Amino acid sequence: MLSLRTVPVVAAVVGLACAPTTARDIARPSEPAAAVEAREQTADQQVRHVLNRLAFGARPGDAERVRGMGVDQWIAMQLEPSRIRDTVGERLAAGLPTLAMSSPDLLTRYPPPQVVRAQMRRADMSAADSAEVRRSAQESRRVLAEMQIAKVARAVASERQLEEVMVDFWENHFTVFAGKGPERYFIAAYEREAIRPHALGKFRDLLGAVAKSPAMLFYLDNWQSAVEEGRPTADAQRRVARRRGVRPAPRAPAQSAVRNPPYRRRGLNENYARELLELHTLGVDGGYTQQDIVNVARAFTGWTLEQPRRSGGFVFRPAMHDAGEKTVLGQRLGAGRGIEDGEQVLDIVASHPSTARFIATKLARRFVNDDPPASLVDRAAATFLRTSGDIREVVRTIVTSEEFFSSAAYRAKVKSPFELVVSAMRAMNAALDMTPRSAQVVARLGQPLFLHQAPNGWPERGDAWINTGAILNRINFGLALAGGAIPGARPDRWPRFAELDRAERPAQVDGVIAGFLGGEASVETRKILEAGVNPLARDCGTPSDCGTTAPEPAVMDDGMAPVRGRGRDPLSRPQNLDGLREIIGLALGAPEFQRR
Amino acid sequence: MQRRVFLRSGAFALVTLGLSPSFLRRTAFAHELRLGARGKILIVLFQRGAADALNMVVPHGDADYYGLRPTIAIPRPGARTESALDLDGFFGLHPALAPLRPFWERGMLAPIHAVGSPSATRSHFDAQDYMESGTPDLKSTPDGWLNRYLAARGTCAECDAKTPTPFRAVTMTEQTPRILTGPAPVIAMSSVDDFTIRASGSDVERLEALYRTGRADIIHGAGAETFDAVKMLRAANPQQYRPEHGAGYPRSQFGQRLMQIAQLIKADVGLEVGFADVGGWDTHVNQGGATGQLANRLSDFAAAVAALTTDLGDRMGDVVILTMTEFGRMARQNGNGGTDHGHAGAMFLLGGAVKGGKVYGRWPGLAREQLYEGRDLALTTDFRSVFAEVAREHLGAGDTSSLFPRFSPGERLGLL
Repeated sequence: MLSLRTVPVVAAVVGLACAPTTARDIARPSEPAAAVEAREQTADQQVRHVLNRLAFGARPGDAERVRGMGVDQWIAMQLEPSRIRDTVGERLAAGLPTLAMSSPDLLTRYPPPQVVRAQMRRADMSAADSAEVRRSAQESRRVLAEMQIAKVARAVASERQLEEVMVDFWENHFTVFAGKGPERYFIAAYEREAIRPHALGKFRDLLGAVAKSPAMLFYLDNWQSAVEEGRPTADAQRRVARRRGVRPAPRAPAQSAVRNPPYRRRGLNENYARELLELHTLGVDGGYTQQDIVNVARAFTGWTLEQPRRSGGFVFRPAMHDAGEKTVLGQRLGAGRGIEDGEQVLDIVASHPSTARFIATKLARRFVNDDPPASLVDRAAATFLRTSGDIREVVRTIVTSEEFFSSAAYRAKVKSPFELVVSAMRAMNAALDMTPRSAQVVARLGQPLFLHQAPNGWPERGDAWINTGAILNRINFGLALAGGAIPGARPDRWPRFAELDRAERPAQVDGVIAGFLGGEASVETRKILEAGVNPLARDCGTPSDCGTTAPEPAVMDDGMAPVRGRGRDPLSRPQNLDGLREIIGLALGAPEFQRR
Repeated sequence: MQRRVFLRSGAFALVTLGLSPSFLRRTAFAHELRLGARGKILIVLFQRGAADALNMVVPHGDADYYGLRPTIAIPRPGARTESALDLDGFFGLHPALAPLRPFWERGMLAPIHAVGSPSATRSHFDAQDYMESGTPDLKSTPDGWLNRYLAARGTCAECDAKTPTPFRAVTMTEQTPRILTGPAPVIAMSSVDDFTIRASGSDVERLEALYRTGRADIIHGAGAETFDAVKMLRAANPQQYRPEHGAGYPRSQFGQRLMQIAQLIKADVGLEVGFADVGGWDTHVNQGGATGQLANRLSDFAAAVAALTTDLGDRMGDVVILTMTEFGRMARQNGNGGTDHGHAGAMFLLGGAVKGGKVYGRWPGLAREQLYEGRDLALTTDFRSVFAEVAREHLGAGDTSSLFPRFSPGERLGLL
């Protein structure tokens, strides 16, 4: 096909190449008349920009809706998610029963294989026993799989897009690793009770909810951090107080457990304290010392879990708590206290100017640019301090700023694998994928959800995501999606598919560029999509040299043995695309689609 | 032919588009560069799940061993049933490791015992994390030590003269493991077959054209390198691979992945660091003795490693295979015929330059008072000492203090 078109196309490209500025030229559609506040970005760009930053990309019709409502109006609406009607939660609940379950219920219903094994308590297991252990192992994987499915599905389908962006942001900021021991039983409650309710709320509330969440207490080991030998405990203080006739402070529950503590007494564990300061609040250059870390760790001794292997909740155990006096970031925490120590540390760090700057920088990096302008970070940090850490107001400062709507910020961010998959599914008007398939694809692209091991979370900068293997997988993902390999996201879901399927190629290319690349593609990209052939290969002796007449093999083999397609991994399946599907596959694999 | 045409004219077009010469050099000619000199290669194999060191490298000369493990101990060498393969009169290999025995005899195999992480953790996750980050008890380390090695070696002045191959570090896993996480580029592939564009030939060219035109940004640059890498691998024709020297790889996933590491090495694509992992070592229940569950895992492991070594033949002169596991298992067997999480473990070092035929590491003993916390094999060699020595002596890293911050390796083990 199209071999005869090659020559003029090449001429066009070579001709264009002579103009010095061509490389950066972008073909832009005409400006609409809609009145949007004067900003560096055009009105069309602003619409696409907010859909790429406050949402996971545009679905068909979204741009028109945002334009109709007005960009600023739409931003204000997204900042108040509770006022947006959204049914995705209910739709998911029907198919994913674990999302609403408590951690103990999950553990009872989907016990880990070692518990099943332990219950058998035999030296020799029968074949039936082994089968039972295998079955339970499979079942227990649902707990994580359903969270992964739900995370993709909400990002694809929720009307409360900014809330999903913020949940993703905070889940990454306060990352936990679902592969550590029983951690996977904690993550549903973590998202539901600690992260989501505070995603646009007060930072101190969010920080407190995270600090007491079984997910974080277990992940960073604070549950087993105990007073060093020889130091006074809160329990001892109480006994002294009682002898002196002073009324003791009310005790935390679970007294019986205190008598027979389930923890191995190993003394102070600094993991949570260190990450609290370095990654959750002040930042690595936030102005704290190793002594601050030790004292923060001492303040959080006794913040533990009731029977962690049985998914018990937060409990404060005075017997584990170091009740000595401590100084944290210059502030004195008096002796003889209990849970208040940790609470006060959270107060101190949540209102610290370094925290304001650290969170402001990270949010600006997420929403604006990998290296956000200092002017914007200053204002966002000031908002943080002025509003006592009101996340909604910090985000508002950022996403309504001049810097946010600057040309420099436009399409400046590289999509993470999660953003890539979700934005492609949204562009395709995908139905909810209730299978693990799309989450598996995200993992395949290098971002297994809830499975980042280290406490620093997934990279927020683009360069970390882009390398040789990554581009290959991203291209194969685009081809797989266009080939219909992702449930619910087949190309014919795209509303313009039927109309364009029989259209001429230039009209198809226009449609795909409008639908998938936000109407913007470089001149070269447009030519390459239109020509359907490599426009730079000028020296073809015969049409077949240009790869235009011979029937295409199922895979790029060039004499190599056929590559075997494997059923489970959509990215390993060869895609022989043509017509509109081919253009969609190329567009999704194009450099332009890797940005937002 | 057509591809060459494309490249030449593509390069021409890029020049006229005003892209920088270095960008051009990287994209247009990279695949033509051959890394002629064969460098040193390190293959790291991770036994995930904590392999039972005491039954892998059996201390049959320690009187306490048999008392601690009444039903799962490996019988002394020469026993009538299947028994330990004696190494030095004190240690023996599990009989399922028989395929590795010839390399011991040739002085290429060096087991290291009572080695591991000084961290007290018995959590798989934490212990693997520490072994891979190279910083025990410090979770915030963002990168893995192998990547730190690559990054330190990769910020090279010679990069202008010699474009580094994209296949410098390859992990035969779906995701990049912690040990290779970091700033230096790493290719993760579950199989060599997967390293291809899943489209028809003309679409592949169109996709390539998309990445070779337009902005000179990181996405275009990495894309161009991707197409170079695909071509480089195809030119090496790994699909036609036939193992040499009668090497027979097990059909297991691990065996097949090791075979593909051999393919990449023999294709001379510039592999410097290879990684693969294998699970199934968390033998809490019914671990078995000379036969059984653990024996089956070891048998696959040994067959795969032996096939790789055999297949690489003379090339093993430049190759070191390093195996590791996050910790050992309890000295005493538990009530389920298995072993629970312990402390120190064992590693293997295998290669032409390895001073093998000797079991390394001081033996701490298995008497109750000699055990760590009264229950586990005590640690006498920090795993970082082994890693640092391999990085220094084999890969030629000058200073290993950036690989293992706040750690001084101490006395040289003399492994290489």
